[in-house]
Amino acid sequence: MSTLLKIENLCKSYPRPEGSIQAVHEVSLTVERGEFVAVQGPSGCGKTTLLLAAGALLQPSRGRVLVNDVDPYSLSPGQRARFRAVNVGFVFQQFHLVPYLDVLDNILAPALALGAKDGRRTRALELAAQFGLSDRLRHVPSGLSTGERQRVALARALLNQPSLLLADEPTGNLDKQNGQVVLRCLTEFARTGAVLCVTHEPQAADHADRVLNMIGGKLQ
Amino acid sequence: MNLIHLVLREICHRKLNFSLGAVSVSLAVACLVAELAILQKHDARTEQIVSAKEAATREQMAKLEDDYRKVMLKMGFNVLILPKDQNLGDLYADDFGSKFMPEEYAARLAKSRVATINHVLPSLQQKVKWPEFERTVLLMGVRGEVYIQSAQQKPLLDAVTPGTMILGHELARTLNLKAGEKTKFMGREFAVAKVNSERGNKDDITVWISLSEAQELLGKPGLINGILALDCTCDTLNRLGRIRPEIASILPDTQVIEYASQALTRAEARQRAAIEAQASIRREKEGRDKLRAEREALAAVLVPVVILGSSVWIGLLALANVRERRGEIGILRAIGLRTPQLLFIVLAKAGIIGFCGAGAGYVAGRTIGALWHETPDSSPLGIPFMDLRLFALILAAASLVALLASWLPAVHAAQQDPAVALREE
Repeated sequence: MSTLLKIENLCKSYPRPEGSIQAVHEVSLTVERGEFVAVQGPSGCGKTTLLLAAGALLQPSRGRVLVNDVDPYSLSPGQRARFRAVNVGFVFQQFHLVPYLDVLDNILAPALALGAKDGRRTRALELAAQFGLSDRLRHVPSGLSTGERQRVALARALLNQPSLLLADEPTGNLDKQNGQVVLRCLTEFARTGAVLCVTHEPQAADHADRVLNMIGGKLQ
Repeated sequence: MNLIHLVLREICHRKLNFSLGAVSVSLAVACLVAELAILQKHDARTEQIVSAKEAATREQMAKLEDDYRKVMLKMGFNVLILPKDQNLGDLYADDFGSKFMPEEYAARLAKSRVATINHVLPSLQQKVKWPEFERTVLLMGVRGEVYIQSAQQKPLLDAVTPGTMILGHELARTLNLKAGEKTKFMGREFAVAKVNSERGNKDDITVWISLSEAQELLGKPGLINGILALDCTCDTLNRLGRIRPEIASILPDTQVIEYASQALTRAEARQRAAIEAQASIRREKEGRDKLRAEREALAAVLVPVVILGSSVWIGLLALANVRERRGEIGILRAIGLRTPQLLFIVLAKAGIIGFCGAGAGYVAGRTIGALWHETPDSSPLGIPFMDLRLFALILAAASLVALLASWLPAVHAAQQDPAVALREE
């Protein structure tokens, strides 16, 4: 097994007029290829901050993040964006689908970052079939159920075949059945890549190889 | 899928935002294009008015010229060349000469190509008795005209065809003779070719016949008693002083007198009329130019204000659009889109707004321009609807202005922190 994600002494604070808020404090974490790690904790404990920092979206105040042995924060913004597109997939609780693109185009959206390449469309159609969306390809998000929306978000996250999948409360808005579909997908992905999933739902822990608890910005 | 596809989809999704932007550009462009079209029409109208006035002036001047020629003709012309021994007192008393000179003098004068004289009309006139009617008349034998300057000159006097006569008005009235009738004069039969209209002078009791017949009837073969000459080059008041030596060098045994004071006055009046007509055209043009300047001044304020207002409006719409798409931009950044790509997404939309708005605005502006009448009664003036150069310029300029107006919102979108946007969403 190789280390896909390594977080060392990560700290992130947000300056506020009333004083700095320490969202994440001295967090160190390693996620190996083939591992599904769940981070649990109450709302506001710093789970999302940890996830965004791990995904090269949020510059830490201190500490280091390595994805595939590369520190994305040492790259230029353009290189970091490309690095993200190649290596990291995101799934959010709110799905964050582009409202005016249909299912197929939403799945294809990450291809915009890497430029048009042969086979993207085929891969998108395969993912749509894999997530049971083949008959919804021309539907826009507003015409989909919440479960379908999350499946579209999952398919989109997997289009560029990233090695690391970061999920922020991926089942938070789903019923039990759809939640299970998403968790099974994450488990499936973890066979070849790695998943870091932050959640406060116990059922996610059932699928994870490792469950970590986060309280007050620190991993227990 | 590519970025343009994404931009077009977004436009279709948020039609109101796009429409408000495009309408704003249309208004600004329509305002500009309509103003340009109106100014173009104004220029065309000015040209039309000035051309019409110039044509009217030309026509008026031609009429004046004609009147002038006729006046000169009725006056007996400017210059009268008489035999040197003709007593001028007798001439003024009887209004005809009693001395004679060879008819060949007229041809000699014509051949000499005197620069100051345009027309030479030899004549033989005598007061005679019309024996058939027991009337004293003035008999005028005219040969027509001996041209001096060119064969294209308009004749001042038509030759009277042998066997015909032209009668003065009073004479014809009292003798009850009409054009087309035949009559006898001094034993010879003549057809009345024409009866002149009333002139109120000796012409009304004059009989015009051909010079050769007059010479025969008066027994003066090859002789004339005057040469009427017209000096058209009336650019100097002392023209007699100029003509006399010229004629004296060609016809030494003649004298020259002038009947020109009235003609000069007329000529000066004609010149004054020409100057006044030109001044009137100039005043009209100045008035039109002033009106154009006023319109330009209004446009110089109105058009920039509308364009600025439109630009601000487009900028605000773009900002609102970017804020509305905060989460969407956040996820696009998260999945790896780079700053130039996000700039492109916002600016391409602005460019399309500018392009479409400019197209619609051009059509609207040109239509307004086409329907515009300077005055309710002015005739519609056609200007070409499609000016390709202007159209291309408007499309490019409007797109550029829309791009510039959306630049700050685009930069704002591109610099947006995706983590913040995603967390807030």
